[in-house]
Amino acid sequence: MGLNVPTMAEMMAQGETPDVLFWVGCSGSFDDRAKKITKALVKILNECKVKFAVLGTEESCSGDPAKRAGNEFTFQVQAMMNIQVLNGYDVKRIVTACPHCFNTLKNEYPELGGNYEVIHHTQLIQDLINTGKLVLKDGGVFKGKKITFHDPCYLGRANDVYDAPRTLIEKLDAELVEMKRCKTTGLCCGAGGAQMFKEAEKGNKEINVERTEDAMETSATIIATGCPFCNTMMTDGVKNFNKENDIQVLDVAELIANAAEL
Amino acid sequence: MLSIILFAVLAIVGIGFFAYNVRKVRFNILLGRDTDRTDKASERWKTMALVALGQKKMFTRPIPALLHLTLYAAFVITQIELIEIFADGLTGGHRTFHEALGGFYTFMISFIEILTLLALIGTIAFLSRRNLLKLPRLNMKELAGWPMKDANLILIMEIVLVVCIFTMNGADEAAQLQQGNAGYGFVISSFIGPLFLNMTDNLETLHTLEMIGWWGHILMVFAFLNYLPYSKHFHILLAFPNTYYSNLEKKGKFTNMESVTAEVKLMMDPNADPYAAPAEPQAEPQRFGAKDVTDLTWKNLLDAYTCTECGRCTSSCPANVTGKLLSPRKIMMDTRDRLVEVGENMRKHGKDFNDNKSLLGDYITEEEIWACTSCNACVLECPVNIDPLSIIIDLRRYLVMEESKMPTELTGMLTNIDNNGAPWQFSQNDRLNWAKED
Ligand code: HEM
Ligand code: SF4
Ligand code: SF4
Repeated sequence: MGLNVPTMAEMMAQGETPDVLFWVGCSGSFDDRAKKITKALVKILNECKVKFAVLGTEESCSGDPAKRAGNEFTFQVQAMMNIQVLNGYDVKRIVTACPHCFNTLKNEYPELGGNYEVIHHTQLIQDLINTGKLVLKDGGVFKGKKITFHDPCYLGRANDVYDAPRTLIEKLDAELVEMKRCKTTGLCCGAGGAQMFKEAEKGNKEINVERTEDAMETSATIIATGCPFCNTMMTDGVKNFNKENDIQVLDVAELIANAAEL
Repeated sequence: MLSIILFAVLAIVGIGFFAYNVRKVRFNILLGRDTDRTDKASERWKTMALVALGQKKMFTRPIPALLHLTLYAAFVITQIELIEIFADGLTGGHRTFHEALGGFYTFMISFIEILTLLALIGTIAFLSRRNLLKLPRLNMKELAGWPMKDANLILIMEIVLVVCIFTMNGADEAAQLQQGNAGYGFVISSFIGPLFLNMTDNLETLHTLEMIGWWGHILMVFAFLNYLPYSKHFHILLAFPNTYYSNLEKKGKFTNMESVTAEVKLMMDPNADPYAAPAEPQAEPQRFGAKDVTDLTWKNLLDAYTCTECGRCTSSCPANVTGKLLSPRKIMMDTRDRLVEVGENMRKHGKDFNDNKSLLGDYITEEEIWACTSCNACVLECPVNIDPLSIIIDLRRYLVMEESKMPTELTGMLTNIDNNGAPWQFSQNDRLNWAKED
């Protein structure tokens, strides 16, 4: 089944307004691994007949990495261009699978004139399940599996979203095991604050390796996360231990899409 | 009479010098840039009640929290006894409130004695954790030298204080017994009294001992008070205002730079009125970000004075635990040290004095600030709601926007965002290709 991904421009041309705008983000648009997460989310949206649209080629970087790197000019130029586009389409509600875009759009755009209700995809999926639009038949493929959840900093500590992803994992009939550092004390994967785009400073270990050790201590076979950057970091961490055949790193959207056999 | 004068002089000098130092600290803190923390008063009071008064965030680590609680409770309750010490000191009286309060007096002093004993245990435990168990977070390299001495000195002063209190009460009890009176019946000194009496039944000596305890106690209190502004121990007072003025926004929200907004608006809209008055006209253009402490906000500076140097932030910092140079505690300690230096310079040489030093460079290195992942672990961990991350970001802003200095990969990343709207070299026109791929 092909994906149905309407753009905002197409919708407008047909005189329609979507209920929610899916903000794909740079990673979700260009990174091969993250694109799979994007598609998993679209499958869920399609399955639940959510009326959504993307900006497509009108979308641009949210500006998060520029702001965290200290370049407020680049950030604000991006933000204002995006806000022009979003306000032009009179967007009210935005969902994104990237906690960095989520945080920036939700918290940093309002002062620049962009006021939207912004939710993380795990919150949207939770909503779809709660309202009965998405039905998981007794957990499916993940039933009984040990899954640990790595909290993305910009979802958890930055925005206090800890429960939505966990509720979804519990919906899989899987065993959710917590790492010793989790929720408010969760250890960063090492990608935030523009670190993703540079070499780490000199130290005695990579942060993602330290974090992967936390995950391995739980003896989970799946590391779930809700951020494309965490996904990359944890995947690399697992590879560092040559465990890629034993431990999978999956986004919560992928878990749900798989369990629902989409 | 002589002792009354002595006491009065001591009190005036002790309190006066403290007030003088507090004014200096206030002057230093107000060197910072403005930031508005006057909104949401009820939420602020609540935060202060929970975090400072209620020690809420301490309890994520129960052992140090309980040990600290002994000191905290003893300190707060002992202030009641201090009222009597002042009354005695200024009137030349002896246990001024004893008769009037009767049984309640015995209860109060007994209660204070119990807390004091607990505090002694807490203090010894704190000393052991530092010096015998050598807890990693209490023995990092940024604590070498004065900070470590400061920490131990405080704890030793605490022990001296406790010894003075029990010497005072014990000797007093012994003196009562020696004269054939009934003892006071305070819960702990009624055991110490007989011990003193075993050593000597000379009334003179017992009175002298009591006086040594009494004067020792009050001397320690004034010494302690005046030591605060020089020490991490200032937290016992500053924890309260600092939590009141906490950042109440979501932790992920970084400050918006309004000066940049004005320029970007102008750039994007050629018709905008370039003379449209900014909200508040600024006397001189501020530099972007922070190079020195005076570029930080007063809240950043209050944070620096409040820091307890406990290292909870550093022990949860992903960069630090993987061996990088960055330590959020060191960021706070450096900010304070530099601020003290800048403040001294200004008082000595005038407001415009330039010592050719700055926080960034002479205290904090670029390597440190580039190691931060902006994960907010330090911010969430801090038991007194300090925000090291906002200082780090302001230092980055200065480097990037004023000096264009950053790791080369970041230059590339930023160029990509400027040119093609993504941190990588992908064309914006390809943004929807994923939907067509299988
Ligand atoms: C008002 C009376 C207070 C007293 C007498 C007091 C006393 C002390 C002492 C003696 C230490 C040193 C422990 C050591 O060096 O190992 C300490 C540390 C500390 N205090 Fe206080 N304090 C007071 C108030 C507060 C308040 C209101 C807070 C706010 C939550 C606070 C937070 C801390 C923290 C976080 C540490 C570091 C403890 C650690 O190592 O984990 N204190 N305090
Ligand atoms: S925000 Fe920066 S300094 Fe604070 S804990 Fe995270 S990496 Fe360390
Ligand atoms: S910033 Fe907070 S957590 Fe860090 S050392 Fe200071 S008081 Fe402790």
